[in-house]
Amino acid sequence: MKYLDEYRDADATRRLADAIRAIVTRAWNIMEICGGQTHTIVRYGLDRMLPEGITLIHGPGCPVCVTPIEIIDRAVAVAGRPEVIFCSFGDMLRVPGSRKDLFTVKSEGGDVRLVYSPMDAVTLARDNPARQVVFFAVGFETTAPANAMTAHQAASLGLENFSLLVSHVLVPPAMRAVLDSPANRVQGFLAAGHVCAITGMDQYRPIAEKYRVPIVVTGFEPVDILRGVLKCVQQLEQGRNEVENEYARVVRPEGNLVALKQIDEVFEVVPRKWRGIGEIPASGLALREKYAAFDAERRFPVADITADESTVCIAGEILQGHKQPLDCPAFGTLCTPDHPLGAPMVSTEGACAAYFRYRGRGER
Amino acid sequence: MCLGIPGKVLEIKLQNDVPMGRVEFGGIVKDVCLAYTPEAAAGDYVLVHVGFAISVIDQSEAAETLAFIREIAQSDPVSPNPRIPEPP
Ligand code: SF4
Repeated sequence: MKYLDEYRDADATRRLADAIRAIVTRAWNIMEICGGQTHTIVRYGLDRMLPEGITLIHGPGCPVCVTPIEIIDRAVAVAGRPEVIFCSFGDMLRVPGSRKDLFTVKSEGGDVRLVYSPMDAVTLARDNPARQVVFFAVGFETTAPANAMTAHQAASLGLENFSLLVSHVLVPPAMRAVLDSPANRVQGFLAAGHVCAITGMDQYRPIAEKYRVPIVVTGFEPVDILRGVLKCVQQLEQGRNEVENEYARVVRPEGNLVALKQIDEVFEVVPRKWRGIGEIPASGLALREKYAAFDAERRFPVADITADESTVCIAGEILQGHKQPLDCPAFGTLCTPDHPLGAPMVSTEGACAAYFRYRGRGER
Repeated sequence: MCLGIPGKVLEIKLQNDVPMGRVEFGGIVKDVCLAYTPEAAAGDYVLVHVGFAISVIDQSEAAETLAFIREIAQSDPVSPNPRIPEPP
């Protein structure tokens, strides 16, 4: 496919790894934030092509993995109600709650449906006026404009049977949380290209300055990722800490202003809990008061549901870059994609699932 | 979750005041909401995420990267290679 296959060129990928090897003088730890990038790295073995000392640390950029367990429990409670059609992206169905997942609700007769686009949920609400349609609105800044559009459309259509269970998260506060952690090892970042397509690059400059880390906005194909690593290593070796755009075919420095306006119309910034990490200030989005009528947590009596996480799963440490999936004692034994203990084993973009799929059970 | 796929805009029409495009992804055609890329025209490539175009692909930037890829892919395979071009 055009604008995809060219960026998977094997020769270019190998030469880029050579170019990185040619300039490295010491060890550096670089975090790729986005789970989509983690997936590419493990799938193509990019981490193994890099010179010794360049470590890619997998970041918290998988919305499926960071959605708090009590939100999953609330989703399960709403989805089990007889009047509800519960719509979700496929990845969320197998994320374990404290008792069950959405897939189990579906197999027990709950009306749980996968949607490709959030707008499909609005169409379902319009076509089923006697049912309550609830959309599970999760994601980063990339997905926020699409999810905001559902509330906007539902309001303009006057739908009274549509609501959103919102658990939106934002990338820059998570980067700050990683860098503020006393155990932090990260010295440079590959920023998530599709998040930046929406937000632009301005939010990253204060982070690069304050923490003295280079941040390179990077795409998702092997050549994109290794070019991002090369730029990041160049900056580290030269002692620079700038925000660079390695994905200019998609990302404009100012971002997507139309989409940002729609996000701001529907959502406001709030503190959010991240699964395995805890609460991060100003790290999420919630519906504005103006759209409170579309808030599923107000429409259904679920807001009091709380839950504790599994004690075996070390997802929190993995998501913050302190540990890698193979450090987890449950990896591949107690925890597999068929029986996941934690969300990173569920989502195709979760670090544990990527290692299980492409690296077998014990291979580094 | 943040997966984005590039596709070619075939035609654009308005649906309830919202611009919608027929967009082709390697032979498969889908309806895509263009509300966030009002500048998109037929023939443009857009990056699509969960049914919404989030960016129009800048063809001159893409061409620059492709030229870089061709150059580096054909460079001398004996590493490390001092003639490897710096990314533009
Ligand atoms: S392997 Fe399973 S239990 Fe271990 S950290 Fe990953 S998701 Fe959690």
